[in-house]
Amino acid sequence: MDVRRESEATPTKNRTGVERKSELELVVTRTVNAPARLVFEAWTRAELFRRWWVPKSYGLTLLSCEMDVRVGGQYRLVFRHEDSTMEFFGTYLEVTPHSRLVWTNEEGDNGKTITTVTFEENDGKTLLVVHDLYPSKEALDSGSTGGMPEALDQLDELLVSLGSSSATK
Amino acid sequence: MVQYSQSRFDASFGALSDATRRGVLEQLGRADASITDLAKKFHMTLTGMKKHVGVLEQAGLVTTEKVGRVRTCKFGLRGLEEEAAWIEGYRQLWAARFDELDIVVEELKRKEKAKWT
Repeated sequence: MDVRRESEATPTKNRTGVERKSELELVVTRTVNAPARLVFEAWTRAELFRRWWVPKSYGLTLLSCEMDVRVGGQYRLVFRHEDSTMEFFGTYLEVTPHSRLVWTNEEGDNGKTITTVTFEENDGKTLLVVHDLYPSKEALDSGSTGGMPEALDQLDELLVSLGSSSATK
Repeated sequence: MVQYSQSRFDASFGALSDATRRGVLEQLGRADASITDLAKKFHMTLTGMKKHVGVLEQAGLVTTEKVGRVRTCKFGLRGLEEEAAWIEGYRQLWAARFDELDIVVEELKRKEKAKWT
């Protein structure tokens, strides 16, 4: 009985929800067992943010993390993955302590993605809603999938060339 | 994710190794067609064409939909499956992230408590 109670109390029961709201919007939700001001702190202090933003299991190393969290301030994250480095950067558009953060994501070629995070405290817990608005459907589809879209592009090219060579036969 | 796309690739190349199937893809690239249309166009039996379309469908290069007695084939990826896999990958990333966030926030809570006692 005690064992069961213990397992119910583990944080793994906090569910992460993802919903594609439209062709351009993705929404992620999760409840964190802490007041909003602490959760907000973890999102806005670089030394805390860098500890959780890149999950350990993803084989990425965060080389640097600079965050100037105020309206118009910039952030820049540099990662290493195997032999290459990647940069993510953008600007904070809104900073409302303990309740709302909005920033742009500017590293993509297809325009800016806008991320809005809201922190809603209820009974000592905080509901986090992370809303991504992509500039185009293509930008969303190529968002976080790693090699997949590129692989599919290559396949498309291959099909086109195969198609044209069989047509000339 | 890597493994997933690798097997997709193998299936795709397998599907493309056959001249008839490449022709079918080319045809469907221009317009949707029923299995019957395709069988006629490529001078094949219905059963033979069904097999070819099945291979293309398995490779995710063609989708088919049965309306009434006619099965229509379209060029294109299995949109819904692609999307479901994509969303699941994204959810896993965020779940892993939030699990680490929980640890950081728990630590902040403990520190705050310690300050007041």
